Amino acid sequence: MIRFSESHEYVRVEGEYGFIGVSDYAQKQLGNVVYVDMPEPGDELEQGEDFGAIESVKAASDLIAPVSGEVVEINEALADNPRLVNQDAMANWIVKVKLSDPGELDNLMDEAAYEAFCNKG
Amino acid sequence: MHRYFPHTQQEIAEMLQRCGVSDLRGLYSDVPDELLLKAPYDLPSEKSEKEVRDYFGALAAKNRHVDVCFAGGGFYDHYVPAAAQSLIGRSEFLTAYTPYQPEISQGTLQYIFEYQTMMCRLTGMQVSNASMYDGATATAEAMMMAVAAGRKRRRVLVSATLNEAVRAVVDTYARYHGVTVHTVDEADGVMSVSRLGEMLDEFGDVAGVIVAQPNRYGIIEDFSGVADMIHARKALMIMNCVAADLATLRTPGEWGADIACGDAQSLGIPLSFGGPYLGYLCATQALMRKMPGRIVGATVDSGGRRSFVLTLQAREQHIRRDKATSNICSNQGLMTLYVSVYMSLLGAAGLREIAWKGHQCALYLLESITAAGGCRLKYPSRPFLNEFLLEMDCDVDSFISRSLEAGILPGIKTGHNCLLMAATEMQTREDVDRLVEIYKSMAR
Amino acid sequence: MNREIYGKLVFELSRPGRRGYRLPDNHIDPCAAPQGGEKAPEIPASLLRQTPPDLPECDELTVVRHYNNMSTNNFGVDTGFYPLGSCTMKYNPKINEEMAGHKLFASVHPSTPETSVQGCLEMYHTLQAALSEIGGMAEFTLNPFAGAHGELTGLMVIRAYHDSRGDSGRCKVIVPDSAHGTNPASAAVAGLEVVEVKSRPDGTVDVDDLRPLLDNTVAAVMMTNPNTLGIFEKNIPEIARMVHEAGALMYYDGANLNPMLGMARPGDMGFDVMHINLHKTFSTPHGGGGPGSGPVGVRAGLEPFLPNPRVIKTDGADGKPVYKLSVAPDALGSVSATLGNFAVQARALSYILSLGREGLMEVGPLATLNANYVKESLRDDYLLPIEGVCKHEFVFDGLRDKSEHVTTLHVAKRLLDHGYHAPTIYFPLLFHESLMIEPTETESKETLDGFIAVMHDIAREARETPDLVKSAPHNTPVTHPDDTAAALHPVVTFDQL
Repeated sequence: MIRFSESHEYVRVEGEYGFIGVSDYAQKQLGNVVYVDMPEPGDELEQGEDFGAIESVKAASDLIAPVSGEVVEINEALADNPRLVNQDAMANWIVKVKLSDPGELDNLMDEAAYEAFCNKG
Repeated sequence: MHRYFPHTQQEIAEMLQRCGVSDLRGLYSDVPDELLLKAPYDLPSEKSEKEVRDYFGALAAKNRHVDVCFAGGGFYDHYVPAAAQSLIGRSEFLTAYTPYQPEISQGTLQYIFEYQTMMCRLTGMQVSNASMYDGATATAEAMMMAVAAGRKRRRVLVSATLNEAVRAVVDTYARYHGVTVHTVDEADGVMSVSRLGEMLDEFGDVAGVIVAQPNRYGIIEDFSGVADMIHARKALMIMNCVAADLATLRTPGEWGADIACGDAQSLGIPLSFGGPYLGYLCATQALMRKMPGRIVGATVDSGGRRSFVLTLQAREQHIRRDKATSNICSNQGLMTLYVSVYMSLLGAAGLREIAWKGHQCALYLLESITAAGGCRLKYPSRPFLNEFLLEMDCDVDSFISRSLEAGILPGIKTGHNCLLMAATEMQTREDVDRLVEIYKSMAR
Repeated sequence: MNREIYGKLVFELSRPGRRGYRLPDNHIDPCAAPQGGEKAPEIPASLLRQTPPDLPECDELTVVRHYNNMSTNNFGVDTGFYPLGSCTMKYNPKINEEMAGHKLFASVHPSTPETSVQGCLEMYHTLQAALSEIGGMAEFTLNPFAGAHGELTGLMVIRAYHDSRGDSGRCKVIVPDSAHGTNPASAAVAGLEVVEVKSRPDGTVDVDDLRPLLDNTVAAVMMTNPNTLGIFEKNIPEIARMVHEAGALMYYDGANLNPMLGMARPGDMGFDVMHINLHKTFSTPHGGGGPGSGPVGVRAGLEPFLPNPRVIKTDGADGKPVYKLSVAPDALGSVSATLGNFAVQARALSYILSLGREGLMEVGPLATLNANYVKESLRDDYLLPIEGVCKHEFVFDGLRDKSEHVTTLHVAKRLLDHGYHAPTIYFPLLFHESLMIEPTETESKETLDGFIAVMHDIAREARETPDLVKSAPHNTPVTHPDDTAAALHPVVTFDQL
């Protein structure tokens, strides 16, 4: 199951874990990603709060947590090669969290709704 | 027309026609009438260059002429090489703005890159910015940087031995930025390391600790074990240092500091009654992306040539807007050029020679003035480089005014009976002897 | 310049044993000190640096030639036309440099007692009084070091004022969406929350959008006038009334003060606090980005909140004025260790005296004339999103004909080939292809006509030979430095090269 936020983050849910990243639409808007500022394993994310930032040469965007939960893993590959986000935003998640409230997923959009949201804006 | 305006009446008429208005007021038709100025400013009439020069000459004459300066307190009287003065006057440097267009700004970008390198080598840190106004605001920025890096931590500890004026600015920034500042007490002229340990234990949420080197009394502090103590509590160690002294003293990098900051005036910038100076801010590689202000990076151009650009700009205020951790917009370009040229001319040997000359003169001054009696080192067991605190039995204010009458600024009054005295390569044995004679004549 | 020979970094020119200095002999013989004096403790080796820093070792000519050659890779106002919007790149008269570098001022230590620096303090007071007259304010502090520092100081004044009245729930600053990024950043640093107010299609603040935002949580509304589009905010009297009724203060960002010189004063518009960028309006050189100076002015009643210390004028015993430093209990604190960038202030005063009241009265109208002339001359080829007279600057939304996908960035880079500095690009954020032009009053009609002709040429090239424009610049010292690579793998010192 995959869900999207209005601030263009996605969460792909696998069991009790969620993989959070930015959408393909977001990476296109940013252009060449040069840096991803990630939290540390053990940090607690709260839905709607920033947990890091993603930067291109001339833009920066806060990463807003689509769901709450504890960070169990960060995608270390992005530290060395942030451009992976441009190559495949959906495959290259940023953090893996243990969901603390799966009910929050109901506040998010599914793929079809998100596509409509992007087309509107 | 004034000599700075090229417009002839005929040209103005032609240009107005293009704009579709009949007179210059027509260009202000959008300004409500009640807001338009009804009379010229109440200011003097246009002056010729000679009159301007005479005016400033007369102003300068109203200052008392001082030709020997034993005052320091963070700002020191050093010789300014003619080549440095001349090079910063190059109008390509002087009249350019922030290097937004790298293709025609390689001059500015390259000297900033050189400056960053020199400051890193001087402080023993890995990255430097080029944007701080002065040492006090650089230290306040270092505090905000520590708070930003500490995520939810908003508490900072400051050594009681930090320069008072720097502390005042740090306090102002902290108060409005929502940072809680606590003072780490001093003991016998230096920060109490045991007190620091207690405070770190007491507060679990300290973002950073600001210490001073040399401190507000000129004392060289021993920070053995301090970095480990701070890092064990996941806080950052911030060292405020007199830039020029770092060619001689153990560096912030060697002490294990995370951020080095302070004023770079001591690297050849004229005193100019307080500015412009340059604040420096250097940090470890890990903190690079938390640095405020402009940073220049090296890259290559389409022809494979080495070139320089402003980099890591996504940190900056014009992009982050209200998410920025600093509002710094300046790139203190010309002043970074000043110190780059200065350090290129002096080199490490020159900076160290200056430090030892100042040290030697300070020792001679101390020995001579205390030999006259009635004054003594406030902290006799503490080592210093070129600045020391003298406790005096006489009235410090009277000593200062008597010395000023002879054209000597003897130091800075500190507390009610102390004088902070500094020496550099600029004062001679004769200057010291003259000052000591004044002191003796007062003591009599 | 020959890059092969002269394009090196200073570290590559360094040779062990060379030096570019000689220190004066101080005649001190350590053994000659009088007997009985106190000796300082020796400095332990553990407090000293073990190896000297690796700084350049160069003779004087090598240093001079190195930096001189480097300067030829730079473009300044003295080099050519610099129409960088919002930056007011006017001519910086040479006499100002001479006054700032005056030998008798250059050696004055900032801690010199006030009785010995009456000349410096008089200069400070005279400049603050002149700025007060020009700004329509009661008093200025010259202590802030730059425009952004002035903004921060001004917002602190506002917070100190509200706090002094026990009105401490005011935590927001309202900023137009067209504002420069520094405004919201300054607000955030001052601990205030930023609320954006929308602009109308004509670029001015939407009064109807502003009204509901005004309540007792608002500390200030921060505006420039004219705004970043170069448009005068006509409704400013009404906005000021609304803001004051809500108990908030009006902050004037002086970045765009230049066109108001001789025409209108922020104080008369209803602003309570303002800053001035001396490096813009008052012609102090930009110095590659600094040092600047950002004096802050306040209307009567707000003086007690200005940062410490202030310089005040008193009557001396003999009737002559005596200048003193004053520290106020209600002040916001201090924002600087000294009285600001004295040598920059000296340049501004030199400029004000040189222009005199007659010259100052001409600055605004001539700057505005130059901007409107360029705007009207180029609107056939460039898209003008907002009609009507502009003030000192205006914004195009790129080329009119975008069929060949030639962007504002391409136009800007092509201008470099023709010996002009580029305008400000991609700001303000209200348009996708913002191209912001500010000619200033010191540029002649021939210079403007030359620029206009080149801008027309570029528009023609964009239609006929678009690749030529897209691949510009072609004849600058470097071309297309790779800023993505620079950000991906930052190399910020020579040691990392």
